[in-house]
Amino acid sequence: MENRYAIEMLNITKRFPGIVANDNITLQLRKGEIHALLGENGAGKSTLMSVLFGLYQPEEGIIKKDGKEVTIKDPNDANALGIGMVHQHFKLVECFSVLDNIIMGVEPTSKLGFLKKKEAREKVLQLSERYGLQVDPDAIVEDITVGMQQRTEILKMLYRDNEILIFDEPTAVLTPQEIDDLMQIMRNLAAEGKSILFISHKLKEIMAVSDRCTVLRKGKCIGTVETKDTTEAELSSMMVGRNVEFHVHKEDCPVGDVILDIEHMTVASKVHKNNAVRDVSLKVRGGEIVCIAGIDGNGQTEFVYGLTGLEPLVSGKITFDGKDITRMPIRARNAMGMSHIPEDRHKHGLVLDYSLEDNIVLQRYWEPEFTHSGFLRRKNIRSYAERLIDQYDIRSSQGPLTNTRSMSGGNQQKAIVAREIDKEPKLLIAVQPTRGLDVGAIEYIHKQIVAQRNAGKAVLLVSLEMDEVLDVSDRILVMYEGEIVGELDPKKTTAEELGLYMAGAKRDSRKEL
Amino acid sequence: MGMDATKKKNRTPFFAQPAVQTLLASLFCVLFGLVLGFIVLLIIQPGTNPETGDLYAWEAILAIVKNFFKFSNHASRVKNFGNTLVKTAPLLMCSLSVLFAYKVGLFNIGAAGQYVVGAGASLYLALGLQLPWYVCLLAAAVAGAVWGAISGVLKAYRHVNEVISCIMLNWIGLYAVNSLLALVKDPASPYTLKIKENAASSVLPSLGLTKLFPGNKYVSLAIPLAILFAVLVWVVLSKTKFGYELKATGLNKNAAKYCGMREKRNIILTMAIAGALAGIGAGMLYLTGYEEWSCTQASVPNMGFNGIAAAFLGGLHPIGSIFSAFFIQHITSGGAYVDKTMYCSQISDFISAVIIYSCGFVLFIKQNAQRIRNRRIERSLQLTKGGETA
Repeated sequence: MENRYAIEMLNITKRFPGIVANDNITLQLRKGEIHALLGENGAGKSTLMSVLFGLYQPEEGIIKKDGKEVTIKDPNDANALGIGMVHQHFKLVECFSVLDNIIMGVEPTSKLGFLKKKEAREKVLQLSERYGLQVDPDAIVEDITVGMQQRTEILKMLYRDNEILIFDEPTAVLTPQEIDDLMQIMRNLAAEGKSILFISHKLKEIMAVSDRCTVLRKGKCIGTVETKDTTEAELSSMMVGRNVEFHVHKEDCPVGDVILDIEHMTVASKVHKNNAVRDVSLKVRGGEIVCIAGIDGNGQTEFVYGLTGLEPLVSGKITFDGKDITRMPIRARNAMGMSHIPEDRHKHGLVLDYSLEDNIVLQRYWEPEFTHSGFLRRKNIRSYAERLIDQYDIRSSQGPLTNTRSMSGGNQQKAIVAREIDKEPKLLIAVQPTRGLDVGAIEYIHKQIVAQRNAGKAVLLVSLEMDEVLDVSDRILVMYEGEIVGELDPKKTTAEELGLYMAGAKRDSRKEL
Repeated sequence: MGMDATKKKNRTPFFAQPAVQTLLASLFCVLFGLVLGFIVLLIIQPGTNPETGDLYAWEAILAIVKNFFKFSNHASRVKNFGNTLVKTAPLLMCSLSVLFAYKVGLFNIGAAGQYVVGAGASLYLALGLQLPWYVCLLAAAVAGAVWGAISGVLKAYRHVNEVISCIMLNWIGLYAVNSLLALVKDPASPYTLKIKENAASSVLPSLGLTKLFPGNKYVSLAIPLAILFAVLVWVVLSKTKFGYELKATGLNKNAAKYCGMREKRNIILTMAIAGALAGIGAGMLYLTGYEEWSCTQASVPNMGFNGIAAAFLGGLHPIGSIFSAFFIQHITSGGAYVDKTMYCSQISDFISAVIIYSCGFVLFIKQNAQRIRNRRIERSLQLTKGGETA
C-alpha cells in the first residue's frame, strides 16, 4: 500500500423521496493532500458532506478512517474522528472574542470549573504561528474582517486537533488578496500533514491549490483526476456534462431613453461606521442591461436597498422615469413600475408560510383586480396565479395552494421572477437572480431577463458571478468598496481585466458614468 | 415529479387535515388536564367518601366538569348556565385579543393589562359620569387600544420586546385603575358602587335574554356581541386585504416591507386592535353588574391570562376560541362547586389552573404529532422509492 487514505467514502448512496442525492459515490482523501470536490449546485456535494458528518445515514456504502471501517451516527462521532469543517456561513458567536470562539465547547477548566484561559491562549498563539494564521485572540468577532473570521474557524478545527479539514466554498466571501492568503494557509496545513477537502465550483482555485479533484454531477461521481494532468476546460465539461460553455443568446437592441438616473447616492452601512455606498452615479436606459459587478460585500446590497427604498439615503438623488423618487415610499416606487428580484428570496422575496398564490400577488394584492372594498377577490387571485404558474412553468405539488416553503429553490425563484416580470415593469432590478440554482433554471431566468431588455425595459443586474456578468450584460459597472470604479464593455473586456477591477487593483479616474 | 403531483392531488387523509389535528390536540390537552387535576386531588386527599363510596378526588373533578349540571332542577341549571356565559364573553374577547396579535407574530401577554384599563375606563364613565352603556363600552375599547398601542409603538420604533413592555404595562394599568376607581368606590367596602343601582343607563341591555335565562339578571348583549366579534376577527384575518397584510407582516416582516406594506404601522395597529378587544371584554363583564372592581386588589385579574390559554386551546382560530373560552370558563365556574370541607377553598382555582395550564400545550402536541406522522410518511416513501430504483 503506497497510498494511505485519511478518510474513504466508498460507494455511498443516499436517497431522498423522489431523488437519489448521492448515487454510488466514492471519495478517497489521501493523507496530506488537498482534494477538491467540484460540482454544480444540487450535484450532491452537501449531501455527501452531511453523510460524512453523520447528519444523514447512507442507504449503501461504507466510510473508512485510516483503512478501518467506522460508523458516523452524528456530528459528535465525526468530531471524535478528527473531522472538522469550515462552513460557508461561519458558525461564530459574534459578540464573543476570537479566543472564546475557538475554545467554545472544549474549554480547558480547572477541577472547580474555572476557565483556564491562559493555557488556551498559549495553544492558540502557537497554532496561529505554526500555520501562519494571523488573528487577534482578544478581538470581538463582529469587529474583525471576514478573512480573520475564517481564520478563527480554521483555528477552531486545529485547536480540536482535527486531522481532516473540510472547507465549504471558502472563497465565496473573500477578497482576492484574502483568497491568496487562504490558498497559502491551505498549502501550509497540507504540508504539516493535514488532509484537506476543498469544496468549490471555482475552477481557477481548484487548479491553483488542489492535488486531485473529484467531480460530481447530478448525484453521480463523474471521476477523480490529478489536477496537474487536467485543464479547466476538462473539469468544466466534467462538471456540466457538455463541452459548450454556456452563453446567453442575445441580439443587439436599440437603446432608449434614460429610465433610471442616480446621482451621488450615498448609503450608510449597518455593519460599520463608514458608508457602504459612496457617491455612486449611474444611468440605466430602456433596452439595456446594466450590470453591477463586484465581490460580495462591496456595497451592492446597500446600493439596492437605497434604490428600492428599503433603506434611506444619506445623500443623493434618484430619478426614475422622469420623477424624483428619492423620498418616495416603496409601494409608490413599485406602482410606478419598479420591479425588484431581491438578493435573498427567503428574507425579502417570499412569505414562506403563505400559499403560492398569495406570494404571486404579493406586489399586486392591493390592486382593484384583487381587492374589492377591502376584501380579497380570491377567485381572481386564483386564476391569476394559475396563469403565471402555467406561463412561467412554476412546479409545485398543489398548484396555487402549495405552501411556498415546501417548494424547491428554483421554483421559488421562478415564482418571484414571474411575479416581478408580469407586473410589466419599466425597470427590473435583478439581484443575484440565479444564486443557488441549477443550470436549467439559470438558463431560463437569463432568457427572461434578456426578453425584458428586448422589450425595451431598463434592466439593472447585480451579480457576483463573473460568467453571468460577461454573458448577460450590455454594460458593466464595477463596484469596489462602495464606489463605481470602472465601466467596461462586455464585448471588449476579458475576465482578467474585470477581475482586476473587482479586486480594486485597477480603477478609472472618471466618476460620471 | 409528475408522479408526486398526481399523488398529492388525492384528498388529504382525514387525520392529516389541520382542523382535525387541532381538534384532536385540543381534546387531548383537555383530557390530560383533567387527569392531571385528578391526580393532584388524589394526592391531597386520597380518602373515600363514606356516604357515596366514591373517591373524594373523583367527586371533586366531577363537580368541576359538571359545573351547572350539578343542579338537579332545570331552573337553577339554566340560571347558572347563564352565569357561565356572562363570564365567557369577556374571556372570549381576551382570547381574541391574544389570537389576533399572535397571527401578526406578536405575543400579547398584555391582554390582562388592556382588560384592566378597559374595566377602569368603562366603570369610571358609568359610575362617575353616568354615561350610557355604549359610550362606556367604546371608552373601554379606546383605553385598551391605547394601552396596546403603547407596546406596539415601542416594538415598532424601539425594538422593545412586546412581552416585556406588556407585563410592565399590566401593573401600571392595575394601580392606575385602582386609584381611578377609588373615586367611585362604595365607602363601606373596597368595591366600586353597584352599577345597577347607581348607573342604570350604563348597564348593558339584556336584549330579552333574561327571558331565555329566567332568574338570571346578568345575561346581556355582551354574549351575542362577543360571538359576533369572533366572527368579525375571523373574517378580517382570512378574507380581507387588511388581514393579508397583517399576517404577511407577522410571518415575514422583511417581505412585508419589501412589497411596500407599512410594517411599523401594521405592528402598532395590531396591538391597538388587540388592546381594544381586551378592553371591550372588560366592559362586557363590569357593565353587566356581575362583579364589582375591588380597588385594593394587588394582582392583575386572571381573565387576560386565561385568554392566552383559550386562544391556544381553540387552535388559534377565532371560531375555535368561542368553544375553548366556554370550556375554560365552564371549568373555572365548576371549581366553585368542589366540596370545601374536604379541600381548602383555593383548590377550585388551583385545579382549574392546572387544567388551563395544560390547555396551553395544544400547539406543542400538534406539532409533535405532525412530526411523528411526517417521519412515518417519509420512511414509507423511502422504502417504496428504494424498491423502485433497486
